[in-house]
Amino acid sequence: MRWFYKPIPIFRRIFSLSLLLFFLSPFALGGSYAEATESLTVSAAMSLKDAFEDIGEVFEMKHRGVMIYFNFAGSGTLERQIEAGAPVDVFASASIRYMSELEGKGLIKEDSRRNFATNSITLIVASNSGIHLGSFQDLLKDEVKRVAIGNPGTVPAGRYAEEVLKYFKLWNKLKDRLVFAENVRQVLDYVARGEVDAGMVYASDVRIRPEEVKVVVTAPDESHKPVVYPVAVVKGTKNEVPARKFIALVISDYGKDILKKYGFEPFLRGDKR
Amino acid sequence: MSNPVFFPLRLSFQVASVATLLVMLVGGLIAYLLARKNFKGRTLLDILITLPLVLPSTVTGYYLIILFGRNGFVGSFVYDWTGWSIMFTWYAAVLASFVVALPLMIKTTRAAIESVDENLINASYSLGHSELETAVKVILPLSKKGMLAGVVLSFARALGEFGATLMIAGNIPGRTDTMPLAIYSLANSGEWSSANFMVLFLTLISGFFLYITNRYGMRTV
Repeated sequence: MRWFYKPIPIFRRIFSLSLLLFFLSPFALGGSYAEATESLTVSAAMSLKDAFEDIGEVFEMKHRGVMIYFNFAGSGTLERQIEAGAPVDVFASASIRYMSELEGKGLIKEDSRRNFATNSITLIVASNSGIHLGSFQDLLKDEVKRVAIGNPGTVPAGRYAEEVLKYFKLWNKLKDRLVFAENVRQVLDYVARGEVDAGMVYASDVRIRPEEVKVVVTAPDESHKPVVYPVAVVKGTKNEVPARKFIALVISDYGKDILKKYGFEPFLRGDKR
Repeated sequence: MSNPVFFPLRLSFQVASVATLLVMLVGGLIAYLLARKNFKGRTLLDILITLPLVLPSTVTGYYLIILFGRNGFVGSFVYDWTGWSIMFTWYAAVLASFVVALPLMIKTTRAAIESVDENLINASYSLGHSELETAVKVILPLSKKGMLAGVVLSFARALGEFGATLMIAGNIPGRTDTMPLAIYSLANSGEWSSANFMVLFLTLISGFFLYITNRYGMRTV
């Protein structure tokens, strides 16, 4: 029975112990997740990310015990998720279209639906870009090899961008240069990183990385459908009370101030739709 | 507008074929070095090359952006010299598939080379064959099966590459949307009927590859 007394080298003992602790650590952390009594899941357009995170912080301070989970993505992707039965309480879209599709399918509480902000579409380039653009037409210059927009199928910013390019009769000519992104912030990132020569994002997005990108020109209002953000409570939610409180905060003066800080314009044409 | 189903099909095979060809050449060489040579940094090379096998392909994609992006360590040189960047081209899809398929080729080939009888190799040397001749005439024929398994598995893996491809090749309809990317887009926009064909096709062909590797007793992985 000599092996029984054989001392395990100290290094190996520490190593195996830390390995054990490493694999057990998730169980130790598990406890801290279960503190909040109520949770609220908000699916919101990618462009709302920073503004909504601020609003979420305020909400959690005002309503202790409610934990907010944000799910940011292209509005079209979020719509599909809700259609497929994702457990979402609030939906905020960057386009009337996706909200109305859900309303048509009876998946949102119609009386909770509110338009809360507007935005505009801008053409941007990297701040250190060597290419000089002054207008949308300049995208036809030979130096412009790649232009990023959101995927028009799922990203509202991409659909607005398509409308703008079609308005200026550039869509067919630029088709080979377009790079589609999964959401508007990816467009912003492509431009900031210099992977593409230009991109089209919301005016509010430019404020997120003001040092890295600059606006060439803002698309005129008549070149695309108005960029209006609607928000509503999703049907079948178990958290309707906090969901409605969240929407109330978004449309309150306080919410408007936060949205304004991040470059959104207030929605003025009446309270409902 | 290119066909939303047959373009991805064709592109996927194009990408997987080119990537597999590169994997065969580079992977075969590295496998030989790892199996037969003892050199400084061998273990490090082994680990570096095997990493994509266990890392999420998004992490692989992240590294590829850092290296080959327009402002990447390698990519910026290429861009300054040629004005060309691999990002968002189908070559980027090849690069991604190459990096993730390489370890599969190396693992199987290395095992096959290491299982070649050392006596046969020594006999070849003692009969005056050079290292190259021995490698081509003795080691290669004897480890053929394992290498073939590596090629088949690499091709299947290259065909199915998603994460890194999405990150460096983008998902551009008609240019860089390989089958896995096209399926992702179709599912995201709810066009299930178009996705069905590709999903079924990929399942069948991958099953077929596994059948081949089993049928010919190439169970090296």
